[in-house]
Amino acid sequence: MTKDHKPVVPGWFTTSGEDFSLLGTRCTACGTVFFPRRETFCGNPACSGTEFAEIPLSRRGTVWSYTNAGYRPPAPFVSDPDVEWRPYTIVAVRLEAEGLIVLGQGAPGVGVDDLKVGDTVEIVPGVLYEDDEYVHTTWNVRPVEVRA
Amino acid sequence: MSNDREIVVLGAGMHPWGKWGRNFVEYGVKAAQDALKDAGLAWQDIQFVAGADTIRNGYPGFVAGATFAQALGWTGARISSSYAACASGSHAIASARAQILAGLCDVALVVGADAAPKGFFAPVGGDRPDDPDWVRFHLLGATNPAYFGMYARRRIDLYGASVEDFAKVKVKNARNGLANPNARYRKAFTAEDVAASPIVCDPLRLMDICATSDGAAAVVLCSKEFAARHTTDPVRISAVSTVTPTFPSALIELPDIATDSSAAVAPQELSFRASLAHAAYEEAGIGPEDLSLAEVYDLSTALELDWIEDLGICARGEAEKLLRDGATEIGGRIPVNASGGLASFGEAVPAQAIAQVCELTWQLRGEAGDRQVAGARVGITANQGLFGHGSSIVVTR
Ligand SMILES: [Zn+2]
Repeated sequence: MTKDHKPVVPGWFTTSGEDFSLLGTRCTACGTVFFPRRETFCGNPACSGTEFAEIPLSRRGTVWSYTNAGYRPPAPFVSDPDVEWRPYTIVAVRLEAEGLIVLGQGAPGVGVDDLKVGDTVEIVPGVLYEDDEYVHTTWNVRPVEVRA
Repeated sequence: MSNDREIVVLGAGMHPWGKWGRNFVEYGVKAAQDALKDAGLAWQDIQFVAGADTIRNGYPGFVAGATFAQALGWTGARISSSYAACASGSHAIASARAQILAGLCDVALVVGADAAPKGFFAPVGGDRPDDPDWVRFHLLGATNPAYFGMYARRRIDLYGASVEDFAKVKVKNARNGLANPNARYRKAFTAEDVAASPIVCDPLRLMDICATSDGAAAVVLCSKEFAARHTTDPVRISAVSTVTPTFPSALIELPDIATDSSAAVAPQELSFRASLAHAAYEEAGIGPEDLSLAEVYDLSTALELDWIEDLGICARGEAEKLLRDGATEIGGRIPVNASGGLASFGEAVPAQAIAQVCELTWQLRGEAGDRQVAGARVGITANQGLFGHGSSIVVTR
């Protein structure tokens, strides 16, 4: 039986179609972009905007920095304590058009040795964890070119 | 270097850092009693008690001012309780200072104490996708050291820092801590010890990252007029900076999973950390060239290097050179973390920013024993917590 896919937080990324992307909002008054999405009032202190349009964020960006999780993080991170811990990568990605940095887990198999500050990376669909009912989906970060 | 906004540190006291397994109130009372004794005052002399909160010890931790006032014996003194993450201690100092400068009281006691659990700090319970602190753990497993790891990695990739540089910070601070009776780890570490410890968040190893501790610190603060009746050579607090970031905050900070966007408004030149120090210098009317020493928040070894630059002690990317040249050692041009820093203490959150002021007070009085910085006249603290909290305090003599 195939389990249904369920986004780990609804509305933060696309769930259908070919072009996977994070979803943010843009203040219609000043143009500031928000991720996670803001929909009530603008965070720019010089703006009194209250209307926001949903926008897909750039799918490519550059590595601002990166690290990994050498130890099992505490709850609410979901992991099976009976399975041996395997470090995964965390990447901070600079999105030029939006003028922001967003964090994401590295795609499976991407290690810290595969990354360098300034490298081009892309934001791709990923799986955070599975339980009996669902595959809980998220976004991952993957280098565009494999380093030699 | 004297202004009408100055107040005086009349007394300083601590409960040693460690894992003692007792109630945080006990630690706070001991620190308070030591600070009172150091000030030459009785508890009944205190008109205002500012508590720095802990969120890990139930209700008494949320109302720390009342908790310590009750533990010392109700006297009718007025109280405040401040929570500002790692900057809680400085916010408590800021609260007491405001009372003194407004003329609402002459003398105040500031206390922060914690009993901390082992391991990573984790968010409070429940399923809360609206809380950035929950989001970063659930979606990313991004612990505090993950952020420190990213900052450290940038130093390597951008400035040519090495993990050996980071280890040097630990070796230096551990050596300083050997001479501090209030430090938790009074043990010399070598670069090999650091290199042999496991990776927590690449490139940082266990020995690069500060532990969580039990501990307490307290200061007695008063007006210059009140101080004149007790001392002829006061140690003064010349600035308390607790500024928040300005929009758009362009560096990834705890606990956020994304920065503000600079699509519409360009970020200001100073980063949040640098702006904390900048406001402190402005208020004190001094600059980095006036400093005798600095106590900075070395949550990780690499973060000490970031702070040295944020304090304007050197340009971006040059802190490793300062470190390699020995300038940040006791006896160097600008000793950093002469107390031993968080590397030797481990973090007792609400006590730590107060402990930084205790260290500067003892250093400026010339009472720091084997870790004394010769001729210390001006010191600065720097500290940052999550959710836009931070502080920088200038202490002068
Ligand atoms: Zn706006």
